[in-house]
Amino acid sequence: MAFDFLAGPPEAVDTSPHISDEVKTTTCYMCACRCGIKVHLKDGQIRYIEGNRAHPVNKGVLCAKGSAGIMQHFSPARLSKPLKRVGPRGSGEFQEIEWPEAFAIATQWLSEIRARDPRRLAFFTGRDQSQALTGFWASQFGTPNFAAHGGFCSVNMAAGGIYTIGGSFWEFGEPDWEHARYLLMFGVAEDHDSNPIKTGLSKLKARGAKFVSVNPVRTGYSAVADEWLAIRPGTDGLLVLALVHELLKADRVDLDYLVRYTNAPWLVIAAPGAADDGLFARDGSGEPLCWDKATGRLASALVANVQPALAGEFQLADGRKAVPAFQLMAARYLDPAYAPDRVAEATGVAADAIRRIAAELAHVAFETPVVLDVAWVDWAGRRHDQMIGRPVSVHAMRGISAHSNGFHTCRALHLLQMLLGAIDVPGSFRYKPPFPRPIPPAPKPAGHAHQVEAGKPMAGPPLGFVTGPEDLLVEADGTPRRIDKAFSWEAPIAAHGLMHMVIANAHAGDPYPIDTLFMYMANMGWNSAMNVAGTLAMLTDRDPATGEYKIPHIIYSDAFFSETVPYADLVLPDTTYLERWDCISLLDRPISNADGPGDAIRQPVVAPDRDVRPFQDVLIELGHRLGLPAFSNADGTAKFPAGYADYLVGHERTPGVGSLAGWRGKDGTLYGKGAANPDQLQRYVANGCFWKHELAPEQRYFKHANRSYLDWAVGMGFIPDAKPIVLQLYSEVMQKFRLAADGHGPVQPPDDRRQHIRTYFDPLPFWYAPFEESRIDQARYPLHAITQRPMAMYHSWGSQNAWLRQIHGHNRLYVNAKLGAKLGLADDDWAEVTSHHGRIKVQVKLMEGVNADTVWTWNAVAKRSGAWNLDPEAAEARKGFLLNHLISELLPADAAGDRLLNADPVTGQAAWYDLRVRLEKVAPGDATSEPALPTLALVPGVAERPAMLRYGASFRRRREAGR
Amino acid sequence: MTALPAANSGKKLGLVIDLDTCVGCHACAVNCKQWNSGGHMAPLTDTAPYGADAAGVWFNRIHSFEAGEGAAGRTVHFPRSCLHCETPACVTVCPTGASYKRAEDGIVLVNEATCIGCKLCSWACPYGAREFDDDSGTMKKCTLCIDRIYNTNLAEVDRVPACVSTCPANARHFGDLGDPNSAVSRLVRERGGYDLMPELDYKPVNKYLPPRSRPALPPAKPLAPAAIDTASALLRWVDRALSR
Repeated sequence: MAFDFLAGPPEAVDTSPHISDEVKTTTCYMCACRCGIKVHLKDGQIRYIEGNRAHPVNKGVLCAKGSAGIMQHFSPARLSKPLKRVGPRGSGEFQEIEWPEAFAIATQWLSEIRARDPRRLAFFTGRDQSQALTGFWASQFGTPNFAAHGGFCSVNMAAGGIYTIGGSFWEFGEPDWEHARYLLMFGVAEDHDSNPIKTGLSKLKARGAKFVSVNPVRTGYSAVADEWLAIRPGTDGLLVLALVHELLKADRVDLDYLVRYTNAPWLVIAAPGAADDGLFARDGSGEPLCWDKATGRLASALVANVQPALAGEFQLADGRKAVPAFQLMAARYLDPAYAPDRVAEATGVAADAIRRIAAELAHVAFETPVVLDVAWVDWAGRRHDQMIGRPVSVHAMRGISAHSNGFHTCRALHLLQMLLGAIDVPGSFRYKPPFPRPIPPAPKPAGHAHQVEAGKPMAGPPLGFVTGPEDLLVEADGTPRRIDKAFSWEAPIAAHGLMHMVIANAHAGDPYPIDTLFMYMANMGWNSAMNVAGTLAMLTDRDPATGEYKIPHIIYSDAFFSETVPYADLVLPDTTYLERWDCISLLDRPISNADGPGDAIRQPVVAPDRDVRPFQDVLIELGHRLGLPAFSNADGTAKFPAGYADYLVGHERTPGVGSLAGWRGKDGTLYGKGAANPDQLQRYVANGCFWKHELAPEQRYFKHANRSYLDWAVGMGFIPDAKPIVLQLYSEVMQKFRLAADGHGPVQPPDDRRQHIRTYFDPLPFWYAPFEESRIDQARYPLHAITQRPMAMYHSWGSQNAWLRQIHGHNRLYVNAKLGAKLGLADDDWAEVTSHHGRIKVQVKLMEGVNADTVWTWNAVAKRSGAWNLDPEAAEARKGFLLNHLISELLPADAAGDRLLNADPVTGQAAWYDLRVRLEKVAPGDATSEPALPTLALVPGVAERPAMLRYGASFRRRREAGR
Repeated sequence: MTALPAANSGKKLGLVIDLDTCVGCHACAVNCKQWNSGGHMAPLTDTAPYGADAAGVWFNRIHSFEAGEGAAGRTVHFPRSCLHCETPACVTVCPTGASYKRAEDGIVLVNEATCIGCKLCSWACPYGAREFDDDSGTMKKCTLCIDRIYNTNLAEVDRVPACVSTCPANARHFGDLGDPNSAVSRLVRERGGYDLMPELDYKPVNKYLPPRSRPALPPAKPLAPAAIDTASALLRWVDRALSR
């Protein structure tokens, strides 16, 4: 018998409430994935953010970060007014100032620099999606000292790919989710293309494709993998080359693909000691040669209808010998050193498993081809009735990238793909336009002495792709020309710069002192710095002679009170992503997918309620005040008076090519190239804030050698001509550096770097042990220590988010259960983690799913006490911890006292995951993690932290009142 | 105590959650929180949101844990929300009738107007699906997005719970599990969907799909000849006629 005397009338449930007064589309910025979102506005407030079904990136879904955008937007850590430092750096003593004063200060500092020596400005941005503007601005200012965060993120993947296959993963390529039958995923991959990968994995699994995850840790995607290989960190390259060994030994490689689309048949000069040893043999017009078996003669390797030899030794016209690149490659990896039995111990992957996976790859690639009944015409004009593909896909990002052997590991991975014939064919990895591009693509980095002049723009962009030693930005004596030493002998192919070295170099005045460090959304005072305490000491260090800071001026722009803000002299408060115009441009990293190019904008969804300005508007205004030609008219007026929105529409990089590719031409009927269209942004808004072009079916695969695609890409300005893009399994660019190390050519490495360059500029990929472990006593530091960010926070700006911090409020150190037992550790125990550089105290948790010799944690959950307007006692500050304190930007000294960069020797990529540690149980003490840096004082202008958050209550009140 | 509806429509709206593709990304949990923060049971209060012990109301929580050891070991990501049981103890235990099961679709709701915050329902629910809002003093819970699924202000395609709409891994499905021909019922049959703790006999409507069996590839036979030296390996390629 129901007892319900208290019950009133049955509840009246409103099943059709009015959700929004208005829905605005824009692009998410809660991470780097760039999904399309619909923002529902109700009663003038943000009611709900959802994925945009029409959007090519996320097709309606939205991750945890994107769904927490409201809390980011309303964070009490938001800055609200420009700040001028009045106390010592780090004290948090600031004075609120008006924007005119902020502009006056910045203009004064920067105009003096520009008039004297533009290189004294170092302009570095973080997860900046406006690099098409910020890089251009640096160039206009005249300084080569510009980069964003790629140098400490994934430049090994980007450069390894771009120098090998003319494309790369994530923004530049993706697995063929519709047709792949086998996916090999390496390392931490949750980070990049987060929603498309999740959606893609569900498709693969529904289809019964096999998904193999190679990862020291079994979380995230590895948890749903069909097979998980608990590899030892930093040995992925060895595993990949063992697979290559197996395939070569069994002659299970796609020779037709190699001959048609790669430089496997190109002849390599074998003349030890000669200035061109190891370079490609070329004909009079510079075309590479092959040996044509049909005629028994040398022939251009670029023409159709030759029958190139892949093995053998051939005589060149001058009598010297040459061998096909394929033979050099095959001979290298057939070596028993790469046999599964020989690599099993080092990689932690059983030899049987390696052999079986090689067999599976060969089976899927060669016995189960994907055949699409789509006729296409190749670069030479030959028609093919079908598109036939090898359905093996590969994906990798930071897990491979953040090691000092990442560049070569990335190349090894692309080599494996080439041998399987699995690049841009049905079922394989696919390029996203504007890729593929020539290998390497233009432009070269600017910054040579003759390109940098006081008061003048620099002739070219600060970042680019070197083609040999002659492109390095070094003085005659080898001294680096850039403050981060990118494109020097320390990091010759540093395509994304070395942001992680800027503060250390500027502090040391090496290679020269700077005047102003200008940064944007880069948390170099905390989780983006190696050696955090050391970095803060450098930021606050003074010249004893003058009492002035060693880095005299620091300008910082951020939307939030991050750990870096207190160390700036001038703080320019940025808006949130919902309050601005923005652009995801084809000139930077667009939203293309493999079926066609796309770009996107952000539009202001709500107006700022604080005295803040979008950073890009500020930069354009500063550009005008400094008289940078691209931002000022001849009569001295501002060229883009309405700021970034004006610039996006009006700026042309080359005639007809601007920030946005859609709706160009006066009437908006063109795409790609066309005159500026004053209504362009409105057209984007009307289309959901993105533009997408779908390639014709016959253009969608074999893009590197597809006549129709190549012709179209020329028209778009993606590539200079419609020549096929020949994949470079043997890298001549690398060999040119090696020849320089051997004494050839006008640009020579310093003598003490010769052996280093000779070793690491191998034209074929190879594996070597990560640097740190080769420089420390491995018995003393027996464990690998790595990090990853959780899916709910990856690339997300700040843990102050009220909802996300309830999911990951602090982190533990995860330890293999067997190792824990050996060390006497149980869940919740405290332990000391020691590296060659430092020690931290952390709380541990044991787990099964981690490589036996590896410990790991969630990165960047920890916050410095007081920062982000969190309670100083917040778990992020008291229980959270960073491994950054254990990582040095320099490696331990070798016998000669030389301290190499803790970075990849080719690209300068920060080697975060090379870290080696020792783990010991300690008493809990006060049960807080260490080190605990002093609590940061709140900066002026941040809101009071609410004790209770009732977001959404007002919607209900009004809804119920309105009934 | 509160009675279940004497007669019902036979309709059993609920979720089917696919543990084969759930990667534990929390998209469903946060999007749910967001939708419902302004929705039928608004707000989903957060206490000390920037403090040392932040705690909030969540209708959907994800648990990540390990099961098994060695080769049989797995990492499991397990989303947990109200299962809208056919015979829910949380309803029958309610002293005021605030907790109730709808006759027309089987959704279990709480009428906050009559909820006295006694928490008997949260003690009764074996799945831990109830969420107490300290601020309002009332019990809150998953509404299966009752203000979405029938909402004529939304496009037809959007009339599904927020967690389903947002899931990037296609791991969440919504429908009528009372209709044997519905897409969700078919999915449950085809994939061996199961009840959570069926022995308790609350007859949960929501189902979980187990991980799929691993793809069958042909038995792995070694690729390579037992031994081949580099010179003879290279010889195999010397006479190969290949055309560009």
